[in-house]
Amino acid sequence: MSADLSVSIGAWQLANPLIAASGCFGYGVEYAGAVDLASLGGIAVKGLFLKEREGHPPPRIVETPSGMLNAIGLQGIGVHRFIAEKLPELRQRRASVLVNICGTTIDEYVELARILSDAEGVAALELNISCPNIKEGGITFGCSLTGTHAVVSAVRKVTSLPVIPKLTPNVTDVASFARAAEEAGADAVSLVNTFLAMAIDVETRRPRLSNIVGGLSGPAIRPIAVRMVYECRQAVRLPIIGMGGIATVNDVLEFMIAGANAVQVGTANFVDPLLWPGLLDGLREYLRRHHLTRLADVTGTLDTSKEEHAWISS
Amino acid sequence: MLADVNATVLENRRLSDAYSVLVLDAPQIAAAAQPGQFVMLKPARSTDPLLRRPFSVFEIIRDAGGAPAAISILNKRGGVGTSLLYEVEPGATIACLGPLGRPFEAVAPPAEAWMVAGGVGLAPFVTLAARLQQLGTPATLFYGARSAGELYYVDLFEQLGVHTVLTTEDGTRGIPGRVTAPLGQALGAAADGAEIRLYVCGPTPMMRAAASLAAQHHRRCDVSLEQVMGCGMGGCYSCVVLTRDAGQPAHFVRSCIDGPVFDSRRIVWEALTH
Repeated sequence: MSADLSVSIGAWQLANPLIAASGCFGYGVEYAGAVDLASLGGIAVKGLFLKEREGHPPPRIVETPSGMLNAIGLQGIGVHRFIAEKLPELRQRRASVLVNICGTTIDEYVELARILSDAEGVAALELNISCPNIKEGGITFGCSLTGTHAVVSAVRKVTSLPVIPKLTPNVTDVASFARAAEEAGADAVSLVNTFLAMAIDVETRRPRLSNIVGGLSGPAIRPIAVRMVYECRQAVRLPIIGMGGIATVNDVLEFMIAGANAVQVGTANFVDPLLWPGLLDGLREYLRRHHLTRLADVTGTLDTSKEEHAWISS
Repeated sequence: MLADVNATVLENRRLSDAYSVLVLDAPQIAAAAQPGQFVMLKPARSTDPLLRRPFSVFEIIRDAGGAPAAISILNKRGGVGTSLLYEVEPGATIACLGPLGRPFEAVAPPAEAWMVAGGVGLAPFVTLAARLQQLGTPATLFYGARSAGELYYVDLFEQLGVHTVLTTEDGTRGIPGRVTAPLGQALGAAADGAEIRLYVCGPTPMMRAAASLAAQHHRRCDVSLEQVMGCGMGGCYSCVVLTRDAGQPAHFVRSCIDGPVFDSRRIVWEALTH
């Protein structure tokens, strides 16, 4: 019985459900010497604007219990340099590339989608409408149902690539945003981005990040992210890419059982950049142990039926 | 080649109540490490603290046959991670990823190499001194600390043929005061024709002062910077340093893959936070 780890996210076929999360894997090429890029299901490259950006001054990260805050501010080389300098190597290494795009206006998202649709070697587009660290754009779409609908439908009109809005957890009801994305023609949703958070040095009474606030990631957020994926699974038929503190094969499976079709690994890659083969082995081992042939069959298999306890009188 | 080794702690030499030298059984990393490169160590088995910490490869330790067998790191207890590493006992295992970063470029004779170290900034210079000895490059170490008890491994450098100039802020050993004082005098006294390359690692104000002296005397100066680092691989963009290249606007570059060694002329010192 050979294990089939492949999954599909709309028209995007992935060899396995493991995607390196945007902002946590550079442009992918930084890891080419350490990781077989083709062995990953996909690589979500660092968020790209049309133009280059410098991002925030340091300090840009701070550790918190079982997590970290970041406020990088989307430093990046812009879409044109990405296509010229990074995409050829990613293509040559047979990486499946999910390009994360960021704009301050709907027109910028549309322009980015047009440019990337004409580039060779892009598997899908992830719309960053959820970065908590920049003031303009992005999250203003992600925190409004009409904004989410508007940006997704505008991008949908100009590209045949799979369109995957990345949702923020910093809303009351994330499932309603998944629904808005589905109605607007998204091929999938990815969630969650980081939780808006802060940390303070009590001796100096100064924020630990130059941006004052940042996004919390890592194992600390995992149970909340699992719950949000579960809620979205109930609300939409769309494929879901789950993320939030995934570090072990158990974590991957937890998200899939809650309803994710694929997952992204972010912060754990900082700690263990060589973790990918171990995760893939663990998934194969799980299938063997549960007498399954297709990992995709695990998605959404959460059993919430009440256990019968004979000793409880009714 | 990059390796992630579950390295056994062979020894944890406490030099003081703050400093220790941790010896790690990591032959692959010992064989691959170049002068000035670093490793990322995971201080805890749990997720708190979560991230690894960067450390310069301090010594490359060879077995009886001369083959690289282990590395050591010079640890100064400060935060949670370095405290855990100070307390670790032999036999424990520590995840050790490396070697990482852009190494020092060791100059060859007739050029001279002047290493300038402050406190724990001594860490990258043992491997550089060994390389300079191989090349036959005349080498000097200007090494400053607060007091005599915090000047470590001076005899190791002397065994590697390095001329040492020591300073202590309390005057308990060597020249009283800061290490930049004898450095400035030596730069002033050096013959114009001699090629001298400075290599500097230490607290930011000391590196800045050394870089400024080097610039006054028209000497090339390479600094090894230590920034807060998330991954060490170029993935997270947290360890950035503001640099300025001729004719270009100032630009953040990642100290993990573009550094940690930089030509000091590129650094926008006013922007360096610690």
